[in-house]
Amino acid sequence: MTVLPEIPPGLLTAYDKGRFYCEMMDGAARDPRIAEIARRIAQIAPDDLKRRAGIAESELYNLGITFTVYSDRDAIDRILPFDLIPRVLTPAEWDTIERGVRQRVAALNAFLWDIYHDRNILRDKIVPEHLVLGNSNYRPEMIGLDVPHRTYVHVCGTDIIRDETGGFLVLEDNARTPSGVSYVVENRHMMARMFPDLFDGIPVRPVGDYGMRLHTALTEIAPSGDAEPRVVLLSPGIYNSAYFEHIFLAREMGVPLVEGRDLIVEDGRVWMRTTAGLAPVHAIYRRLNDEFLDPDVFNPDSMLGVRGLIDVWRRGKVAIANAVGTGVADDKAIYAYMPRIIRYYLAEDAILSNVETHICGEPQGLAFTLEHLPELVVKPVGESGGYGMIVGPRATRAEVEAFREKLLADPANYISQPTIGLSVSPTLIGDRLAPRHVDLRPFAVTGKSTWVLPGGLTRVALREGSLVVNSSQGGGSKDTWVLE
Amino acid sequence: MMHRGGLLLLSRYAECLFWLARYMERVENLARILEVTETFVRHGADQSGWRSVVQINADEERFLEKYGTATAETVLRFYLTDRENPTSISASLFAARENARTLRPMISTEMWAQINMFYNRARELMADTPRPSDVSRICSFLKEGCQAHAGITEGTFFRDQGWAFYSIGKYLERGDQTSRLVDIKYHTLFPSVADVGGAQDVNQWHAVLRAAAGYHAFRRVYPSGMTPASVAGFLLLNHSFPRSIVQSVHQIETYLMQLGSGYGLRGANTVLEHLEDLRAAAMDQTIDEILARGLHEFLDWVQMRFLDVADTMANVFWRVKDTG
Repeated sequence: MTVLPEIPPGLLTAYDKGRFYCEMMDGAARDPRIAEIARRIAQIAPDDLKRRAGIAESELYNLGITFTVYSDRDAIDRILPFDLIPRVLTPAEWDTIERGVRQRVAALNAFLWDIYHDRNILRDKIVPEHLVLGNSNYRPEMIGLDVPHRTYVHVCGTDIIRDETGGFLVLEDNARTPSGVSYVVENRHMMARMFPDLFDGIPVRPVGDYGMRLHTALTEIAPSGDAEPRVVLLSPGIYNSAYFEHIFLAREMGVPLVEGRDLIVEDGRVWMRTTAGLAPVHAIYRRLNDEFLDPDVFNPDSMLGVRGLIDVWRRGKVAIANAVGTGVADDKAIYAYMPRIIRYYLAEDAILSNVETHICGEPQGLAFTLEHLPELVVKPVGESGGYGMIVGPRATRAEVEAFREKLLADPANYISQPTIGLSVSPTLIGDRLAPRHVDLRPFAVTGKSTWVLPGGLTRVALREGSLVVNSSQGGGSKDTWVLE
Repeated sequence: MMHRGGLLLLSRYAECLFWLARYMERVENLARILEVTETFVRHGADQSGWRSVVQINADEERFLEKYGTATAETVLRFYLTDRENPTSISASLFAARENARTLRPMISTEMWAQINMFYNRARELMADTPRPSDVSRICSFLKEGCQAHAGITEGTFFRDQGWAFYSIGKYLERGDQTSRLVDIKYHTLFPSVADVGGAQDVNQWHAVLRAAAGYHAFRRVYPSGMTPASVAGFLLLNHSFPRSIVQSVHQIETYLMQLGSGYGLRGANTVLEHLEDLRAAAMDQTIDEILARGLHEFLDWVQMRFLDVADTMANVFWRVKDTG
């Protein structure tokens, strides 16, 4: 137990972190600067904190840091709840995360290259062949395609949690079109406006250059020969729930946000429609799923993509990030093999461990899961956003039994993991600070090499006791500080 | 100053900028028209004043179908709060905000924040059907919101070709709306043509001038007296009055030339050709000649020409031709 006699009475007096690792209280024992931050927070008057939280919320609305829900009559903006109490990481903790994320991205890229070329890892029976070749996210169109610098996953979001001892564990990889980075940067701007006093004399690593880093990576993969490659961000448009992030990234990179209808393939190149006629496009950061990219190759009904795009890409006349077909690597079934995949390609042990994972598609995994269902978290492999999963210890008996039938009907669709007592962070609930569970999604950008944005998105489950941090399930976010 | 690669403008953005400006300008002008009509009616014109608003906007058919008679209540509802009416202020504000949303990657954060807050506030203010006694307050709020938009845009929006498309949209809508504002006087006046120059007639021209924020400027130009011809001439043909048709046409021409020679957009010349009739008619005629040939007919013709210019803009710069 951590004892913090030096925290003055105030907002944190009645705070009880329970049996969980607390980012602030346990962090304070690891770094005196976190103790100083805790002291400052403890001394804020509750009314002042609530007032600042209220201002922050209306600023999010006014600035349009929102997602929009459309009805037939109106467009209603909603915000991702923002909690003003930061989550702070020490330099040593960050060093582990950064190296671990880099290692993971390197392994994911090596794995993708291999399964779309020589398939050594399948031949050596490290990963079962059917999990890859039979995976609905395996794209035969990618076989033999040589992507620049062998990079498939240009932007990777790695979901990381902490167990009760404070150890970091990877919960999943997001190698398709991970979102959330706009909140990382906007949360920092918001904190600087709402809480300048909290930063006093405590240097925090900056996050503002994400757009530049991403733009650099995209120019590194653009076809060579173009003096200054033209980069665009391809968005499904204003109806997409992540549209704010698309705007944010286009602005931060200084590139046009295009929709499929703005692009056209002619003479083996991709062009965008401008007032001066067609202009060539060299690199596309797409925020559109594989199946919508090109009606010639994937979903023929897609109106969001560009006809002929994949063919131009295959011929090396345009770059696409992330590459098509990365979904097979961040699949929850493949995830279970990541420690072995890392060792296979990099001859290193994983710096960041996996959560122990049982594959229900395998007999022992299914047997174990059925036996321990009330203790486990069971997730469908193809879903994201926290949908379709069950948290055994939080489910009723009836819910567990109903889920058992779903699981038995299609075991290969599920994996199970023990419930981890996710770390908590003090969070403003009503007019007091209460422990709420958090995770962390650092973002790695890879062109020629990999850069990791210091910190990442801290998501917080605002409901008491909840372990589900997804925004679709009542999650909010916090600013994430990496101390210098 | 040829265009640099980075400063190309997506056709779709050009269209959205053009329409963002038009919708905001439309809101402001419609607010001016509703305000002046309310004044007309309060000062003695009969309820036909409200009908004329519907007439000048060429909305009669849709209006009759939905509301029947034109009263203060029905017309205010149709033009202020009715989102199903595409020419209402609510619908225009919504469209302005959606265009701005699309343009968020290129407009300033301040522009978006203001439109967003303006829209939300207007939505609250117009939640209930407004009464005639609310009109002045609501219209003042709407005008101020549009003017704040104009000021923030002037002060923060990057001046590349996007600015030209925005400005063309703004002046095109403004010229069109001024023609309608003058036309409303014509329609209101028409039933009592014998009253020309009478006290009520002068009062109404007075109100039109004030609606266009032109009364004091008019006084400076014409310190003694006020005739229908001098007021119409001022509103339509004065070179220095910012809402005159001559001024609008001049601004459109200037920005088209900038697109043509500054940014090398050859399509701009095509639009200029379509603007030529309007330019000649506005520059070369006196108000007496216009009145002699029929003010209403002239205004009608002006509106048709503006429509043609807008259509040519779309054809030249953003309408996707299906190459099949």
